[in-house]
Amino acid sequence: MEVIEKKNKNKRYKPILDKIPDWPVYQLSKNRKEFIEEVADHAFKRIKEMRPTRKQLVDELEATVYREQQRMKRNRWRIDPQDEPKFWAKIKEDLLDVTSKPLDDDLADRKEDEILKRIVHRYAGEIAGNFKPSSYRFARGVIQFWFARLLNATRVKKFGAIFRNQYTLRDKIQIVGKVKQLRSLARKGTIVMVPTHLSNLDSILIGWIIHALGLPAFIYGAGLNLFNIKIIAYFMNSLGAYKVDRRKKNLPYLETLKMYSGLAIEKGAHSLFFPGGTRSRSGTIEKMLKLGLLSTATEAQRNIYLKTPAGEEPRKIFVVPVTLNYHFVLEAPELIDDYLSVKGQDRYLPEEDKYGSLQLIQFLFKFFTKGSNISVSIGRGLDIMGNYVDEEGNSLDAQGRIIDTRDYFISNGQLTIDKQREDEYTRMLSQRIVAEYHKIHRTFASHLVAFVAFELWQKKHPKLDLFGLLRLPEEELSLDYPEFRKTCKRVRKQIYRLKKEGKANHATHVKGKIDLVISHGLENVGNFHLKRPLLMDKKGNIITKDLNTLYFYHNRLVGYDLEKLI
Amino acid sequence: MTSRSLSDLPPVGVIGSGNFGTTVANLLAKHRLVLLYVREEKQVEAILRTREIRGHKVNKNITPINDLGHLARQCDVIFPIVPSAHFRTMMKKLSPYLHPYHVLIHGAKGLDITLPKGQTIENVSKLNRSHIKTMSEVIREESVVVRVGCLAGPNLSKELSARHPAATVIASPFNEVISIGKRLLRNDRFQVYGNNELIGVELAGVLKNIIAIAAGALNGMGYGENARGLLISRGVVEIIHLGRALGGKTKAFLGVAGIGDLVATCNSPLSRNFQVGYKLAQGMKPQEVFDSMDEVAEGVNTVRIMKKCADFYKVRAPITATLYKVLFEELTVKDALDYLMRYPLNIDIDFIE
Repeated sequence: MEVIEKKNKNKRYKPILDKIPDWPVYQLSKNRKEFIEEVADHAFKRIKEMRPTRKQLVDELEATVYREQQRMKRNRWRIDPQDEPKFWAKIKEDLLDVTSKPLDDDLADRKEDEILKRIVHRYAGEIAGNFKPSSYRFARGVIQFWFARLLNATRVKKFGAIFRNQYTLRDKIQIVGKVKQLRSLARKGTIVMVPTHLSNLDSILIGWIIHALGLPAFIYGAGLNLFNIKIIAYFMNSLGAYKVDRRKKNLPYLETLKMYSGLAIEKGAHSLFFPGGTRSRSGTIEKMLKLGLLSTATEAQRNIYLKTPAGEEPRKIFVVPVTLNYHFVLEAPELIDDYLSVKGQDRYLPEEDKYGSLQLIQFLFKFFTKGSNISVSIGRGLDIMGNYVDEEGNSLDAQGRIIDTRDYFISNGQLTIDKQREDEYTRMLSQRIVAEYHKIHRTFASHLVAFVAFELWQKKHPKLDLFGLLRLPEEELSLDYPEFRKTCKRVRKQIYRLKKEGKANHATHVKGKIDLVISHGLENVGNFHLKRPLLMDKKGNIITKDLNTLYFYHNRLVGYDLEKLI
Repeated sequence: MTSRSLSDLPPVGVIGSGNFGTTVANLLAKHRLVLLYVREEKQVEAILRTREIRGHKVNKNITPINDLGHLARQCDVIFPIVPSAHFRTMMKKLSPYLHPYHVLIHGAKGLDITLPKGQTIENVSKLNRSHIKTMSEVIREESVVVRVGCLAGPNLSKELSARHPAATVIASPFNEVISIGKRLLRNDRFQVYGNNELIGVELAGVLKNIIAIAAGALNGMGYGENARGLLISRGVVEIIHLGRALGGKTKAFLGVAGIGDLVATCNSPLSRNFQVGYKLAQGMKPQEVFDSMDEVAEGVNTVRIMKKCADFYKVRAPITATLYKVLFEELTVKDALDYLMRYPLNIDIDFIE
């Protein structure tokens, strides 16, 4: 079925900055210690601003200690440092010391501040990445070398092919969209890349993509849970990742994290984070983004405008939405289970990963031995207000006139800091990013068939709600091919129309004879799952072996109002 | 404050010299110099000569001008107060001069409709939110301005000019815009409230016009206060249902811009919307009513739009639907009232838990 995909035009890109020492991420890690100090310092000040009275601060500290102790009791990970219980026990003791004894205000204030400082400093150290050029080069080499070996061994079915270089990762992963612009913007300003998030594989994939595009390493916020898997942890560390611990929801942690990201962006480090916050459990394209990390981009841009001396060109921040797309998502059955049980019963599910290093390698092997392409769409660059920018980095309005982004922070002729205004700006930016996701997301044939099949079954059982439908035994579900084919055609036509209107996109393999497209879709939709979500039986009818997983892949096309065509 | 210190501050712009526009300009002129944009060149001279616009006195701090570019260059804060039917055209003209530092607080109470080519509200197959824009959305679409707000509330121009106590709401997602509006408009007879539900407040100002027509009709039938009380309370419910379908939040409809404005409009026999209802109840045919007025009442258009919208969103809107029949399908006001009094569903409040 490879024939359906247009010949891959991906080419090799030259690095835009030759030497690693020029990279902003390297500069950051070289001065790691100073940077941590700076982050902790700023975070401390910010928290003091947010909790100005003594009582508020004490409450916050007590809540933080309580939550941390609960976390250690209930949900401790391998990656968590050994001395953690000791550290928090000491904090608790000291805090009790301050609150239980009658001290004069001045002394008490000083002691509380010191405790807060200790906490944010520890957090800053936990978050900070550790980019090392030597291990970066090594990791990059490993990924490329072994991926290439695997690819050649499996595609060219001859013994000895393992040493050939006929295929490279570039053939497997399609990068489309505004690559040239991204490279040009990365020279002119600071990139904040915001991809969609489906799989744990995303983190490695995106690291490779950044390298393949010739861009210097980005710093990126990766879930700490990923670091539990040793093999990934190794790559993440070496690719410049900083750690985001989603178990910690206390104010000092969140503010330290935001400060880390914000200051790094301000210093010109290209950054990446998944604004959905976590992998999309339902499989839908992200609709609601987490505003915390996103707001650091807005704040950094404002600070750059504030701090740049007159006469110097202020460095601009460019937000680049990216969508990652797979025929097959390793974790799909677990993700959708999570989603359904939360939605269905409203109970809390701790985040856990069922995949260790071995499973991952198995997956990679499968991934390379069978044809399953990955598509990466690079969106057009936006400024921090969500305006498109041109190749030169100028923000443009709808009529193509140039906008000065600085003006958004001007009030009464003065550049001002207004937290509420910037929160609103961040919210607006997040909506623009979501719209861009839908626009650049490339529909695959496998999504099309999954969507149509699931919606047809839903239509055939109008009385059942989602959960009722999912409880139906799979044997009872079967679709006549002609009806299925007709509906696929109709939905595809609408996707074409949406593409014309600039509201959607699709892979090239979606075009062509509908029967071929359908068989390509059926062949690829979740093709490595134990139970196939969609296939054709001997009589030529469309059946499913796993409706839940089908629902997951179906969800990739939710949000385009295609349901009414069924 | 003397005018000397006034001239140190940048002037404030007002676009539109209708009744409300002039009134707002006069309110602003108590605090700042004002540039008032008027459409006709010769009107500028007339105002300078007479210091009057259609009977309204024009404060000495107001300078009438005819140049949108000049206005935008001079003023960071602009109040566009033109009828909704001309709003988008005005914005297209103003847009090239606007920058992201501008703050726009509009005072138009109507909706903007964009339909596919060659279609009208009557023959379009469906009408939903994608076709309907509030004025703040028009500003966002047509310009780079993001700091947008609106003025809404019981602001009958005549009473404001006479310095009767009154209040207005400035709605905007930006606290900055609200506090600018407050600073510029507030005086000892004019209270200004802030609200963050911009869309809801805009919709409240638009939808109340429907109920104003109905109030006129009741009045024209000779009915009194019981009937009006009934109408206003049921009107609020209907406004909330329609408003929520279009993306407004309940909160916005219960404040000064919602109930406040509704009660004021339903008691003001001089408003155009009220007049439409009144004349219909007196037995005039709809077309005669429209012909007898120099400008179409916003409410008539709102009924046309909202009837279609209620169909699409499957919202129960008996007052709107019945008014539609009266205005466009020759139902008499008496039959309409009979129908409404027999309307089967009668739960008092169903929008608050």
